[in-house]
Amino acid sequence: MTGSFHAASSRMLPIETGEQMKHHEEEAVNIMRDEIRTRKNGGGLLKKATMRGLLGALAMLSLSSLWHAAADTSVEGIVDPTIKPYFEAMKGKKIGYVPFSMSYDLSKGWYAGMQIQAKELGYEIITRDPNWNTDVGVQAMDQLINAKPDIIVLQNPDLQSYAKLLKRGTEAGIHFISVNIKSAYPTYYIGEEWELNGEAEAQYIVDKCGAGTGRSGKVAVVQGILTSAASAYQIRGVTEVFSKHPEIQIVSNQSANWDAGKAHEITQSVLQQNPDLCGVIGFWDGMDIGAGSAVKEAHMEDKVFVVSSGGGYKEAACDRLMDGTYAAYFSYDVRGQARDINNLIRILLQSKPAPDAPKFTLPTRGELLTKDNIKPGSCWTMDDFK
Amino acid sequence: MKVAVRRTGIVTQEKIVFTIFLLLFLGFSIFLPGFLTANNVALLLQSVSVLGILSIAMGVMIITGAIDLSMVALMAMSVAWALQLINNGMPVAAAMMIGGGAAILVGIINGILVAYVEIPPLFATLATAACVYGFGRFSLISQDTVYLPASLGELAEIGKGRVYGVPVPVIVFAVLAGLVALLMRYTKFGRFAYAIGDNRATARITGVPVRPILVLQYTLSGIVAFIAGLVQATAVNSMNTRITDTLLIYEVILVVVLGGIGLSGGKGGVRNVVVGTLLIGTFLNGMTILNIQFTAQNAIKGMILLVAIAIDQLINPRDEQTSQQGDI
Repeated sequence: MTGSFHAASSRMLPIETGEQMKHHEEEAVNIMRDEIRTRKNGGGLLKKATMRGLLGALAMLSLSSLWHAAADTSVEGIVDPTIKPYFEAMKGKKIGYVPFSMSYDLSKGWYAGMQIQAKELGYEIITRDPNWNTDVGVQAMDQLINAKPDIIVLQNPDLQSYAKLLKRGTEAGIHFISVNIKSAYPTYYIGEEWELNGEAEAQYIVDKCGAGTGRSGKVAVVQGILTSAASAYQIRGVTEVFSKHPEIQIVSNQSANWDAGKAHEITQSVLQQNPDLCGVIGFWDGMDIGAGSAVKEAHMEDKVFVVSSGGGYKEAACDRLMDGTYAAYFSYDVRGQARDINNLIRILLQSKPAPDAPKFTLPTRGELLTKDNIKPGSCWTMDDFK
Repeated sequence: MKVAVRRTGIVTQEKIVFTIFLLLFLGFSIFLPGFLTANNVALLLQSVSVLGILSIAMGVMIITGAIDLSMVALMAMSVAWALQLINNGMPVAAAMMIGGGAAILVGIINGILVAYVEIPPLFATLATAACVYGFGRFSLISQDTVYLPASLGELAEIGKGRVYGVPVPVIVFAVLAGLVALLMRYTKFGRFAYAIGDNRATARITGVPVRPILVLQYTLSGIVAFIAGLVQATAVNSMNTRITDTLLIYEVILVVVLGGIGLSGGKGGVRNVVVGTLLIGTFLNGMTILNIQFTAQNAIKGMILLVAIAIDQLINPRDEQTSQQGDI
């Protein structure tokens, strides 16, 4: 780009040829030399004529060297010494990828985003699909660590399961990037801060159902699998907020096991028991669609605020906000997360930190979407990664 | 046929379960405020209708001395595929034909594997379940959860509609129960099913077309799985194929065994399934109202299944002459 710009600009400038420019430059340098000599010889006073000559010469020197430079880059351009090492640091590298499963919106989005950069920079992504099974995941991680890739991007099933493997791998010089779930063993982390997510959802419910709203303050919480970190952290955030708002009453706090059918059943029963229910807090869109459907089925979507969270996949998020299944949706945009993963890969491949280098986290900034604030680009589809 | 004479005893499992159901229902009605309302009873039934629908087909299978463990995988995948096709732009009717057709095809394959290849039903259907789920996830659908397309229109009422206050899933369950009850009682197919379940070898010698009947049964099971899947998907606006990994298939067996259809085959009927479904429905609904955690609910359910199977062993001891390794 820059090369062609210079070429164009030098074509547009009419005047001097290379020879003429060289001549002018020499002239200017000679005048300057003379001037310095006079000064050194103690000839203190600058004559007007010399002064004028000096200024003219300086101007000519700078102008002509500019022309000169322009004329040069039009042929060869300026070499950026950092760009070649950048590409070399990426080329031929191996990145492992072990999500929960390869078949849901988050992992597919991350993967698609990672693939784009991998193709661009010429490194390879090796995927392993544990298909929601922690044992299979442990095996996959074990094999992958033995194959010794440069980086492994992984989604921990919980805090503990991969911890030992992560320790072994880190000591062997592999960098680990945990996505969305942290591990007891420190790794680089990008992703959700679940507790903040819970807080955001709870705060939304407080705003809609709390003191001064004239509503009942009755809330149902639909949790995921109780032992999963995502669920445990979120409920922490929820209870934290609610503890400051005694007017909020949790009438049901159950696990639907990440299952939409179970969430549907629980919400139906809760609605039946509490016709004045004001809010439902769900912990994952794939499950909460059952809770939202139950509220919609009872034609109570105007009175009961269902708030969910997830990666902002269009069918799971924006479409459901528009059709009234959810009143609000806390989105940790997968596009942004994919970009963060990619950046982290580029940083680690270039900086090559030591295994014991301090690890850092890049929390995803979530956004609370409602029917009123969603824009055409608020949610994503797989086409966004093409 | 022995069927009629078998059930002459005064205390049958069905009666015991029905009594427990009545006691539980009465208890909840008295002690749980808000339990005994028309709407809650409707919800109670609705929450177990998918379970009930699957259990009817499973009941028929077990009566014949077979079992179908692929039912949940089939239900999830056939419906998810149909929804995926609609999402991809196929007309609803065509997609439903393809999804339903696939369910029937897998049913027939199951039947052939069990009846003609003579693989024990437990293993045959376990394997097809894995195949159906694996193949479907790999090449038919793009994600675990397939969302309900808006173009489904009236069909979506199967899961969420109400007719005179009665949820449509409950009606589907009731109609299916009625049809299958008639089928089992008044048709050759039904009577043959009992004969095969009671003693397959004798049935065969007597001239009962054992193999075709088995194939027909698995086909029926496929169709029922597809219907159950439609109810499930339209109720929650999506089909999460991971339902295959849940304990749902064991709950189906729980309902059947709890209702009093012996695992050794040849005994019981649709009424048992209905009674089993009612008990589980009441139990789940009450526990949800009591805000008992899901994990605790599972533990209690597991214990009930154990007790039910133990009682079944006592009431319906295995027939030494016909039972063999690999039987359910």
